[in-house]
Amino acid sequence: MNTALSWIKAYVPDLQVTAQEYTDAMTLSGTKVEGYECLDKNLEKIVVGEILSIEKHPDATKLIVCQVNVGKETIQIVTGAPNVKVGDKVPVVLDGGKVAGGHDGGPLPEDGIVIKAGKLRGVDSYGMMCSIEELGSSKDMYPDAPESGIYILPQDAEVGADAVELLGLHDVVFEYEITSNRVDCYSVIGIAREAAATFRKPFCPPVVKETGNHEDIHDYLEVEVEDTKLCPRYCARMVKNIKLAPSPEWMQRRLAASGIRPINNIVDITNYVMEEYGQPMHAYDYELIAGHKIVVKCAKNGDSFQTLDGQERELDEQVLMINDGEKEVGIAGIMGGENSKITDDVKTMVFEAACFDGTNIRLSAKRIGLRTDASGKFEKGLDPNNAKEAIDRACQLIEELGAGEVVGGIIDVYPNPVGDSRVPFEPEKMNRLLGTQVSSEDMLKYFASIGLSYDEKSNEIVAPSFRQDLHCMADLAEEVARFFGYDNIPTTLPSGEATTGKLSYKLRVEAVAREIAEFCGFSESMTYSFESPKAFDKLMLPADSKLRKAVSILNPLGEDFSIMRTQPLNGMLTSLSTNYNRRNKNVKLYEMATIYLPKSLPLTELPDERVQFTLGMYGEGDFFSMKGVVEEFFDKVGMHKKTEYRPNAVKPFLHPGRQAEIVYEGQTVGYMGELHPQTAENYKIGERCYVAVLDMPVITPLTTFDRKYTGIAKFPAVTRDISMVMKKEILAGDIEKMIEQRGGKILESYQLFDIYEGSQIAEGYKSIAYSITFRAKDHTLEEKEVSAVMEKILHGLRSMGIELRA
Amino acid sequence: MMKETLEKIREEALKQIQESDALERLNEIRVAYLGKKGELTSVLKSMKDVAPEERPKVGQMVNDARAAIEEKLEEAKTALAAKMREEQLKREVIDVTLPAKKMNVGHSHPNSIALEEVERIFVGMGYEVVEGPEVEYDRYNFERLNIPKNHPARDEQDTFYINDTILLRSQTSPVQVRTMETRELPIRMIAPGRVFRSDEVDATHSPSFHQIEGLVIDKNITFADLKGTLAEFARELFGPETKVKFRPHHFPFTEPSAEVDVSCFKCGGKGCRFCKGSGWIEILGCGMVHPHVLEMSGIDPNEYSGFAFGVGLERIALLKYEIDDMRLLYENDTRFLKQF
Repeated sequence: MNTALSWIKAYVPDLQVTAQEYTDAMTLSGTKVEGYECLDKNLEKIVVGEILSIEKHPDATKLIVCQVNVGKETIQIVTGAPNVKVGDKVPVVLDGGKVAGGHDGGPLPEDGIVIKAGKLRGVDSYGMMCSIEELGSSKDMYPDAPESGIYILPQDAEVGADAVELLGLHDVVFEYEITSNRVDCYSVIGIAREAAATFRKPFCPPVVKETGNHEDIHDYLEVEVEDTKLCPRYCARMVKNIKLAPSPEWMQRRLAASGIRPINNIVDITNYVMEEYGQPMHAYDYELIAGHKIVVKCAKNGDSFQTLDGQERELDEQVLMINDGEKEVGIAGIMGGENSKITDDVKTMVFEAACFDGTNIRLSAKRIGLRTDASGKFEKGLDPNNAKEAIDRACQLIEELGAGEVVGGIIDVYPNPVGDSRVPFEPEKMNRLLGTQVSSEDMLKYFASIGLSYDEKSNEIVAPSFRQDLHCMADLAEEVARFFGYDNIPTTLPSGEATTGKLSYKLRVEAVAREIAEFCGFSESMTYSFESPKAFDKLMLPADSKLRKAVSILNPLGEDFSIMRTQPLNGMLTSLSTNYNRRNKNVKLYEMATIYLPKSLPLTELPDERVQFTLGMYGEGDFFSMKGVVEEFFDKVGMHKKTEYRPNAVKPFLHPGRQAEIVYEGQTVGYMGELHPQTAENYKIGERCYVAVLDMPVITPLTTFDRKYTGIAKFPAVTRDISMVMKKEILAGDIEKMIEQRGGKILESYQLFDIYEGSQIAEGYKSIAYSITFRAKDHTLEEKEVSAVMEKILHGLRSMGIELRA
Repeated sequence: MMKETLEKIREEALKQIQESDALERLNEIRVAYLGKKGELTSVLKSMKDVAPEERPKVGQMVNDARAAIEEKLEEAKTALAAKMREEQLKREVIDVTLPAKKMNVGHSHPNSIALEEVERIFVGMGYEVVEGPEVEYDRYNFERLNIPKNHPARDEQDTFYINDTILLRSQTSPVQVRTMETRELPIRMIAPGRVFRSDEVDATHSPSFHQIEGLVIDKNITFADLKGTLAEFARELFGPETKVKFRPHHFPFTEPSAEVDVSCFKCGGKGCRFCKGSGWIEILGCGMVHPHVLEMSGIDPNEYSGFAFGVGLERIALLKYEIDDMRLLYENDTRFLKQF
């Protein structure tokens, strides 16, 4: 909402503030000023001049040389403007003055344009006559300005006077951000009321007088409202003998400052009252209203209707329509019809000021795809009591401006008048909520300043219907706080029982995961939770894959963001791809990515949200460095038991020979592997890529931060090396399992120290060597103890088809 | 005679020791004089030719000579070793300005760094960090927060829907409701998390971003407490000189409500490009929990009161780290991430 300060001052005459003071104070009392524009910015030394004579320029056919009386003196000005004649009064910027913009009306330079005396084609010029664009405005706002050329001031303008003042440009336009609960502040009167209360000045709203001739509107028109729920109030008044003309300058200026283009007196009055009272109005040509009857009822499904912008609109049975005796003539609260619109030939018109159900208007406007200034106001839920005052105000302006003859009386269909609302006055409770000690007297003073009264008998605060947002003590407390000043409320810390600050266990484990990933060189990434279903194909998931069963969004931002991810890899691989594409080397990323697994589709309960600790990398490192990260993590969260890596985790997006299901204590906790070359190609990554995905909801219960010291060994260890030859298919993990199974209590550790395949070994075979360490806690091991255990291990290995070497 | 010989040997040995410049040479000297076949040893061997009464004297002389030579040898050895150490150190001078061998540790996402700071502050004030689902029931995201069906606030938030009753949460506020429903009073919690709104991606918008919700419910909680808590938070996060300004605002689930500005931490409030000349930067919305919201969650508003606030995590990250384009946060370019 934009409004000129001069308009506010019309209702708060004692208001004397700078733009910045106004901005700060209004913002702090709850009417947020988003910004302001001084209309006289960069307009300096601009006065009214009168052209005394015009001569041709000796050397330029397009230029003329004018003698201009600027009050104290007469100066010579050279101009190329085609529209001036002797006797014209024009705005003149004097030597050293400033204008806001160029004559073409482009964007205004921040510091304006300085005008200096100089020569134009050899002839001295001591100033410049201004177009409306040079004054920082436009023809839209000043319709009487010529298409191009100098703005001609009225003949009665005083020579030498401040032209900026004369044009009403010593004004500030404020832009407000009005919150949705303060419907009343979408109007100049509403803001003025707040301004008066904020600055503690008297509030003087317009006084609406009786209007109309001796006739009775009921003799002309009949109104029937079928749906009083969707249209709680409908007011109609009539104007005949309409004389269309431009509205007066003061009205044009106020509208222009609000961003509304002046058109003619009737349209301007409608817009003026909409701004002033926040009540949209509509005007119908009386002659075009069949049967001189208005019926308010819903459309029928499939109806089509041409709005006054010439567009065909599809309607349905929830769209409220204004009908005449035969047909639809307007979409209630949204836009009038082509078939009843006011033209320049209008003689008699019907003014409508109604109140429509906000929700219905909002939803209708959405469905029809037509949101207008009017619907924007109605959808906030207007005060029905405002309608009559607004329509009377419009009629008053019609009379004042001589725009027509107002017919006496009003048709007012208002079966269920809305009254005031009442809230108990509880000053102690309010102070207790706010942490203040504001006196009852001060509270009542604040309330009075915004139009709330106090009923002493019932000890209630009475809020008129324009304050539909006041229902309970807390609502009133906010009003107290606003005018007491949020700034003046003390600052304290909550008293009461102490509480323990902490992270949940889940978050603690996640924090360790992130720490380990970062220690291992992985940087944290974040990707969107929604993605394209195309991800399934890129990851080569089979048609019947469970992962394809995703939660989909009804109203996504397009297909690329249409389903909730069921796996975290698409995001990871997309990030790796971005990096690869930008030639970043050795990229290691991780993400704590939530996936969303529906329990059933369509969704009847919330999906299972699972955090996936996802790692991805290309460049330096391989499968085993990735495995190292996984194990460092497990180690750090107390998962000290042996983790199994089962080849082939059945992941179609991974290299079939380089993937593993990660199993801990019999539970699958994740998978890892090298990216399938085809998947890598799908993501346009030209290097080998490794990923690991750990399912945190399974892992978290397996973790512990308990630690127990087991002592440092006192007795010496015995180490035995074994070297083996075996078929390639035999897994190191199986050998280790055998060593663990047979190693007994004295087995301390084992370590693979050599692995070889090649010319020294038969085709299809490999050699592996382990170093095994034994130690007893309580004595020095004897040779025979070690030999006995070694014998068991070797026997076991032989049974696996492994050949032992010396 | 014997004495002269010994004197001579001794002089000769000391002279040789003096002249030697290597440990090996000293060793040779030791062998040559003190070894089994060394000169002093042979003198001892020739003791049998000495008169028995002279023997102790000669023996004493030999021992003296030996001691003198040994002492000198030891001295020379120590000096030589020191000299050699000196030379070694000289040889081993390195160019300390050569590049480091880094471990290439990874970096946290700026969002996470900002979140950790916020969590640290509130955990220190006794708040528990809790979470809630991102795919959420309409009733928690809206209805229980005083935003019934068809409330205009629903349009303002441009929510993604899954169906009539399930949506992607548009705010972290539903965690307030879940916490009030399930936790014992008093409550002091923050709930960070991902939220979703139907905004096209550009430099200042993202359809997915993060909020941190805060909630305190106890007896006698006041608006003054809310002010004090958030002022403390702002000072911890943006520096001890930070000032806060509370402006009235409207949220359906708090009353009274406020938006909070902090004095610009770039210019200290004088006005700069960063704060668009105003000296203030808007960082969060807050208010006293609406009595109706308390009631809907089964808390008696006559006995308990509370405050709630919601901070945009990205907003803080962008401000604190001077990131000028929100899209950078979701691209994961390592050249970006490595700066944090």
